[in-house]
Amino acid sequence: MMNLRRRMVGPVAVVSLAGGLDSESAPAVQDKLSKLLQQQPYLLIDFAGVPCVSSAGLRTLLLLYRQAQGLNHQVGVVGMSPEVRNVLDATGFLDFFTVADTVADVVAALDIDAEEALREPVTSGS
Amino acid sequence: VSPSHLVRDRIDSFPTHTVAGYGVRAGRPLPFGATLVPGGVNFSVFSGRASAVSVVLFKQGEKQPLAEIAIPEEFRIGRVWAVTVFGLDYEDLEYGYRVTGPEYPEINDRFDATKVLSDPYAQIMSLRPVWGQPSDPDDAYPHRSRLAFDDFDWEDDAPLRIPSNELVVYETHVRGFTRHPSSGVTNPGTYAGLVEKIPYLQELGINCIELLPIFEFDEFGDSRLNQDTGELLLNYWGYNTVSFFAPKAGYAATGRFGMQGDELKHLVKKLHKAGIEIILDVVFNHTAEGNEMGPSISFRGLDNSTYYMMTPDGYYYNFSGTGNTFNSNNPVVRDFIVSCLRFWASQYHIDGFRFDLAAIMDRDEHGVPLDNPPLLEALAHDPVLRDCKLIAEAWDAGGLYQVGSFPNYRRWSEWNGKYRDTVRRFLKGDEGVLGDFATRMVGSPDLYKHRGARASINFLTCHDGFTLADTVAYNDKHNEANGEDNRDGANDNNSWNSGWEGPTDDPEVNRLRARQIRNGLLLLLTSRGIPMILSGDEVGKTQHGNNNAYCHDTELAWFDWTQTETNADLLRFTSNVVRFRAAHPVLHGAHHPNSIDATDCGHPEISWHGVRAWEPDWSPGSRLLGMMWCGHHIENGSPDYVYVVANTHWEGHDVQLPPLEEGWHWRRFADTSLDSPADACEPGAETPVTNPENYQVGPRSVAVMVGYRDA
Repeated sequence: MMNLRRRMVGPVAVVSLAGGLDSESAPAVQDKLSKLLQQQPYLLIDFAGVPCVSSAGLRTLLLLYRQAQGLNHQVGVVGMSPEVRNVLDATGFLDFFTVADTVADVVAALDIDAEEALREPVTSGS
Repeated sequence: VSPSHLVRDRIDSFPTHTVAGYGVRAGRPLPFGATLVPGGVNFSVFSGRASAVSVVLFKQGEKQPLAEIAIPEEFRIGRVWAVTVFGLDYEDLEYGYRVTGPEYPEINDRFDATKVLSDPYAQIMSLRPVWGQPSDPDDAYPHRSRLAFDDFDWEDDAPLRIPSNELVVYETHVRGFTRHPSSGVTNPGTYAGLVEKIPYLQELGINCIELLPIFEFDEFGDSRLNQDTGELLLNYWGYNTVSFFAPKAGYAATGRFGMQGDELKHLVKKLHKAGIEIILDVVFNHTAEGNEMGPSISFRGLDNSTYYMMTPDGYYYNFSGTGNTFNSNNPVVRDFIVSCLRFWASQYHIDGFRFDLAAIMDRDEHGVPLDNPPLLEALAHDPVLRDCKLIAEAWDAGGLYQVGSFPNYRRWSEWNGKYRDTVRRFLKGDEGVLGDFATRMVGSPDLYKHRGARASINFLTCHDGFTLADTVAYNDKHNEANGEDNRDGANDNNSWNSGWEGPTDDPEVNRLRARQIRNGLLLLLTSRGIPMILSGDEVGKTQHGNNNAYCHDTELAWFDWTQTETNADLLRFTSNVVRFRAAHPVLHGAHHPNSIDATDCGHPEISWHGVRAWEPDWSPGSRLLGMMWCGHHIENGSPDYVYVVANTHWEGHDVQLPPLEEGWHWRRFADTSLDSPADACEPGAETPVTNPENYQVGPRSVAVMVGYRDA
């Protein structure tokens, strides 16, 4: 079973995952994160509590990335184990994300327009 | 687009029956294989004579099946057994087929209901996820198929469609290229490792890599111990396919996670971004199931007499030299091969295919060569494959040699074995080969008259045989490490050891070898046709005289990256010569050159010369030939003059340079008798020559001149 905890670091919504990310847990995680992404321009996923990621898990990440692109939002990833990171690197998935070792590093690396970020979200008319 | 317009559920996405506790319904016969469909997985498999077929499901890593779903007879359409099974976890799933034969078997039936067979269309296999790791000897079902979720994000990747005459092919081995400890990559011996070396390939200047087989094979398939050394000999090359739609998992850093498909696709994407095409060496002439004594993996137990050429008395024809022969002109098998190549071209963005022992593919089911082999015709005209390069190794182990006569539909190229043999003989100084050598240099018009120069894949070396450095260091093969008393491997190497067999301290011999290697590369890259370089030749790779290194997953066969430093001069030379070829369209024209002055520049496209200009010496004892190319630069329309003079005589000659038109003079691009860096300039920075009329060509040397407009 996968647990999600969410907190805000400035304008960035940080979601910490705890548990394995595989085909069993991925659909629920996908659901929750994509809902969150609708409202949050900056989403950071903390992998420190994820011991293993299967290909379905990685695809969850990529789907989020595609969604974020459509919304013009950004997704960062932090805390991946060297093994998970290597898998992401070898398959090219890593190219899609802002990745760093700590939450602070990713927040710094994300291209944040602070004023824009602190403004109230505008409801899109389309 | 509002999501409500998307089809979310289908009314056929619910089961109609229950078998072995699983909801199922009649499946779709096409596509073959296992396909993810809404709510489930559709399984479809052909067997012409089975009486019963069941899908055997495993949870990944478990020894015993999770379930066995007998496909109800009424689900069969024609001879295709198809079932959709609901509620499966596709990631953890392994599967296979149990196939029962008819009550009264025929002589060529090989049904065995004790076996779980792999799916011929499996997109990944869990046979050996990590290279060289022995499998569990207690696993009764080692050849399990798996599902792949083929939704790779290609972004804007598209085929490069480099005109084939502009290619410079680099033949390499995924594992061998980066497995050596000196490679310095994060994941040695893998697709991901190769990605890290793309800058090296760009630096070298090649624009196409050809990979030795990457379809799933079993490196332990014929593994054995060398009786003398105790060394474990594996099937390192992989010309023994287990599964034709599945990439080799052991070549992926992510094979343990079943992500080999993504990793290979990532490699293709990165290569394309770097302007490099990718050709796969594919082996459709036989399978890993061997002869009568071989294992039942898939085809044998599904429909032996369809997939294999069988003798009237029930034995396997062996035109491949490996036990069996794939029956490729049978309509079912032909369809399988065409589908497979379409899959690789569309799902993996592969740019071309080199067919191992391709002459087998024009034999009928009894092994008789056909005039118009349906498979080869189908591949030549296939709509999906239309932009793919098709390259035949135009011979087989059954004695069919079709270099120049392979059924080609003006579409196929060939590995030009005659190019290799003739140029090697010329290089070592054989008498009486000058005329033939000249024919090879201009794209072998004798063989490919109606097909143009790009039908000819020119090569001096390939994985099979000596490396280039060994071609000039050994007269004879030295295959003792293969454990067959030096009986294996070719004997007609057309090699010359330059005066001493094997390594030597003699500086004269070593200088000659260095020169001979450069002579070979320079001639290869100034020939019409498509040049192919064997990986490692650009840094003087040796296999210590072994000309058949198929079984060595060791430093004997791996690319040693320290040689990029120890032989940096040769690497630089090769890179400059590759770039020189690209810079001179006259060298890589698609057609055979005209010997009349069609461009009206005062010279024919090709003209022949000797010690005196316009006086080639074609006599049997002659070892010197001047080749003057004259074309036009496509961009600026100015003349493109290149003069190649090859001297394989042991003495130097004072050679008259063919006079150029008024206002032009010769400069030197390369001269293999000179020390680095004078042996080859940076293209575009050629060196003025002191005497504009004559040039001193050294013993066993090749020099290349370029026409420059006077300042």
